[in-house]
Amino acid sequence: MPPSKAKDLLFFYLPMKKPFDPKANYLQTKKKTGYVPRQEATQETYDSIGFMSGLEVHQQLLTKEKLFCHCPAGIYNDSDVYDAEVIRHMRPTLSELGEYDGTALMEFKTKKNIIYRVKNETTCTYEVDDTPPFHINREALDISIMISLLSKLNIVGEVHITRKQYLDGSIPTGFQRTAIIGVEGEIPLKHKKVRLIQLSLEEDSCREISDIGHFRTYKTDRLGMPLIETVTYPDMVNPDEVKEACDYIRFLGRSTGKVRTGMGAGREDVNVSCQGGTRVEIKGVAHTKWIPELTHNECFRQWALLQIRDELLNRFPDYNHWKITSEPIHFHSFSFFYPPIVQAKKLKHKLIAVNLPGMKGILSHFTQPGKMFADEISDRLKVIACIEKPNMAHTEQCEPVIAEEDFAKIRSMLKAKENDAQIVFWGPAEDIPTALETIQERCMMAFAGVPKETRKSFEDGTTIFERVLPGADRMYPDTDSPPIPLEDEDIERLGKNLPAEVIERYQMMQTWGIPEDTYTYVFKKNLFPEIKRIVEELGIKPSFVGTFFGHKLKNAEGHYTPAAEFHYSLIYNLFKFLQQKGINLNYAARMLPMVYEHSKMDFESVLISLKFKKISKEEILSPVSFLKNKFSQIRYSESKEAETRWIMGQLYPLANGNMSLAELGTIVKQ
Amino acid sequence: MSEDFFQGYKGDALEVLKKFSVRVWGQASVGTTRGRFTGTILPRSENDDDKHIVMKIPTGYNVGIDIRTILDMTETGYKKAVYKIPEKEFPYSEGLPNVKLIGTGGTIASRLDYRTGAVIPAFSPGELYGAVPELADICNLTTEKIFAVFSENMGPEQYKKLAVVIGQEIEKGTQGIVIGHGTDTLHHTAAALTYMVQDSPVPIILVGSQRSSDRPSSDAALNLMHACTAAGHGDIAEVLVCMFGPTSDEYAFLHRGTRVRKMHSSYRSTFRTVGDIPMATVTRAGVKPLKPIYNHRRTDHNVKILPYFEEKVSIVYYYPNMQPDIIDSLVDNGYKGIVIAGTGLGHVNKPIYPAIERAAKKGVHMYMTVQTLWGYVHMFVYDTGRDLMAKGIIPAENMLPEAAYIKLGWVLGQTDDPKEVRRLMLTPINDEITPREPYNGYLIYQGGVQEVEDFIRKFHK
Repeated sequence: MPPSKAKDLLFFYLPMKKPFDPKANYLQTKKKTGYVPRQEATQETYDSIGFMSGLEVHQQLLTKEKLFCHCPAGIYNDSDVYDAEVIRHMRPTLSELGEYDGTALMEFKTKKNIIYRVKNETTCTYEVDDTPPFHINREALDISIMISLLSKLNIVGEVHITRKQYLDGSIPTGFQRTAIIGVEGEIPLKHKKVRLIQLSLEEDSCREISDIGHFRTYKTDRLGMPLIETVTYPDMVNPDEVKEACDYIRFLGRSTGKVRTGMGAGREDVNVSCQGGTRVEIKGVAHTKWIPELTHNECFRQWALLQIRDELLNRFPDYNHWKITSEPIHFHSFSFFYPPIVQAKKLKHKLIAVNLPGMKGILSHFTQPGKMFADEISDRLKVIACIEKPNMAHTEQCEPVIAEEDFAKIRSMLKAKENDAQIVFWGPAEDIPTALETIQERCMMAFAGVPKETRKSFEDGTTIFERVLPGADRMYPDTDSPPIPLEDEDIERLGKNLPAEVIERYQMMQTWGIPEDTYTYVFKKNLFPEIKRIVEELGIKPSFVGTFFGHKLKNAEGHYTPAAEFHYSLIYNLFKFLQQKGINLNYAARMLPMVYEHSKMDFESVLISLKFKKISKEEILSPVSFLKNKFSQIRYSESKEAETRWIMGQLYPLANGNMSLAELGTIVKQ
Repeated sequence: MSEDFFQGYKGDALEVLKKFSVRVWGQASVGTTRGRFTGTILPRSENDDDKHIVMKIPTGYNVGIDIRTILDMTETGYKKAVYKIPEKEFPYSEGLPNVKLIGTGGTIASRLDYRTGAVIPAFSPGELYGAVPELADICNLTTEKIFAVFSENMGPEQYKKLAVVIGQEIEKGTQGIVIGHGTDTLHHTAAALTYMVQDSPVPIILVGSQRSSDRPSSDAALNLMHACTAAGHGDIAEVLVCMFGPTSDEYAFLHRGTRVRKMHSSYRSTFRTVGDIPMATVTRAGVKPLKPIYNHRRTDHNVKILPYFEEKVSIVYYYPNMQPDIIDSLVDNGYKGIVIAGTGLGHVNKPIYPAIERAAKKGVHMYMTVQTLWGYVHMFVYDTGRDLMAKGIIPAENMLPEAAYIKLGWVLGQTDDPKEVRRLMLTPINDEITPREPYNGYLIYQGGVQEVEDFIRKFHK
């Protein structure tokens, strides 16, 4: 850019010549982006930035064995418990259209040594790609067909195993065996229908132990477990809808009772874009409750990147020749005190100064809460150039780690201009060329807007760069597996035993007057069938049963540990027992903790342990007049209510189980 | 030839495509009793049934549609896919050795065939360079595909032709030869070349891959790099098999062509030297000999090419209850040589003695090897052994059954004279018979034992 042109530019972030204040710039750009916290956002907010989101919901299936071999599924081991290690490297291969896939090339650039920790109990020669696949696990196939039917998907006539490339090493073959079971379905949400693209049955990947420098370590216990992936169209227009759709899909799976639950059994990839943005995939979200914050922030991150693009295009209308310059710098010429730089010096790493022409105010541009554009570069240095963080410092850090005098020296060395920004980064000599390419590449992407990528999520709702988003080109037919025909009879047979749809259950619970705050728990634990059985067979009021499960049982689960396995059918037995004994059902809540802790104990014994006595109403009520007198002697309040409360407190242990508390209250009041 | 619009489809499925006028590579919308499917019609593997049509849906996955459920079908577009591996010219670097890669087929260089759904061989320096650019740092590579057959289809004709081609290359001054080969019968070819190409001045390296090069975890690239390193830079001028040492991407072994055997149906580290230690390890840094004595590289262009093979030779794997008619039928069919893989020290049961006597009388050359693979034939220990020798079976020391079979074919291709056959058979060319078996020549550790488990945990498998 000719200097005369640069002078003409109006920088919105600072008056010229005054010292640059990164913090102020960050806040200003945040404001300009229009960022609001999620609590303050409305549908209008999301419409104005064009929020759009779709889901890929992964759910492990409850099978005994893995999908393509006979190893046990669902047995996990600690990271340092292993029998052997295998080391591999992943090379990009040609897609069937004769081109290398984008992710493939990036992963190869990183030149990672992939180490697999293998435990004999959970891993055979199949997982480590030393044996071809065995026949597909039919149990898993059947479950995936059932869930496809519930999702109103069109079931394929023949299942074709496809290889989907993953070069990050998370699968030792370099590809995941996956197969489409159904396409084009839909799920009903409260206020709309969400369309489904497809459901596939696939093998789960390795669990990562660590990823440091050029070494990434995985364990293979989870590898190969059957997993289904339900993919939606990008039909969701605000963060809450995304969560609702995700919950629905997960509850739908759970309603079959044939999926795994617990940590890591369900994981979501969330695709988000804003208007003018790009589909970005947030990978491996472990909790649905994180979804709203993550999607909210991602949409605004993209919106911020578009602001950056507009500003850069304004500064560099012809940006194709934009280029960074760099110089190696010597540790001894500067007074660096920042511990990571001191450490880098010890490790004999290289230290490189980079000039980013005309980028002043961009590095400290808001991207996410607590994050700025410079973080986008730092993230990529870690992933692509394998340089561990902290891997760089720059001129726009809110808390500078390099003294201004040092940066002044660096600027003159780089012959930097007033409106340039500078980065200093460090790392092993062999990683420097990739690092420089990475910085140049990420900056060039800023001129185009939002890079296609997958991002890793954090609990605080922010994300970091994970990988370049792979294209559809990474699919190959699996030459090791024959296609599996699905006959109409098979599908009909599986269709006969389908549970009621989640939405029907949802509506039923509403009609029954069960409070909404219990729904998540009820669906998560697939308790609807139990509630229904108690309501229908024992004739107990649904709202009472629903609350009992959703509040009392949930509370017991949170506070007590069962000595033996607790089956939810015990609740049915408990109610039936109380009915037979003519004991008031309220007493179930008193018994529950003990029943939950000692599920093998019979109910009679529980009653004895709790010192329950069956007595008549008259007996319970006989001391009422005595207690009224007593209260008048010891009373602390004149109010009638205090009297009632006190007397009920005295009578409650006797009354509980023998009469309803409402009735007791009414009588005491009189 | 007119274009095949319905690649791989047959019977009912073909009729359906024709009826609705939808071609392979056509974009189609298909209404079925199970709902609507859209995507590109793909060729069908010839071995699959005629009840389904294969389609690539927009997300890149393949699905099959049952033709019995199809209600309607329309072609909405057509785009033929052309499969092409990018070719780049292999660069020449001054100072690097000239290596010739001879292609025979197999999975060392291959790609997918959508017609059969199988992996088919593909090969050229440009393709290889496109896929494994590191080769250019190791050597100046030229390639020649002399046949494209799977390993199991390699036979005497191919062995002879290979030997002749190798001879020509050596005369031309090639500094190292790599032979790309399917792995199943790699050790048969390695033995054949050991006998047919003698006193080579340069390394002759046979290499394959256990995972086809269309997959990211393929061992093909690393095997090729190791093979080119051994051929171009190694000092061992012998016929060697170069394949993974451990299953990890770490180093390769160089095995003598006569002592090597494929020992696992699918492992990467499937090749093992039997009854001895491997010749060397190879990494991209170079060859590190494990055995001190070997034929060193020379600068002359002299080599003996002996391309002979008698095809009427068989190998008989003895089992209890083997009937004499097995041997009889070989004799009646004009077989001239039989290698027996006997039990234990080299035994077969009494009921087949008459058949053996009959064969000997007809002049059939019979050699005994052991199916235990490790160890020597020792026929003096038991009566049965002595009986068999009396009936004309010659013990073949510690030759591997495959190495003995190939050798007998090679010998009988040159002479019928029993004495000369015997002399050639029992005079080792390159360790097909060794005078001694070292203690570290037999190592099949068993898992579960603590010291073995400790070892496995400590070193990459």
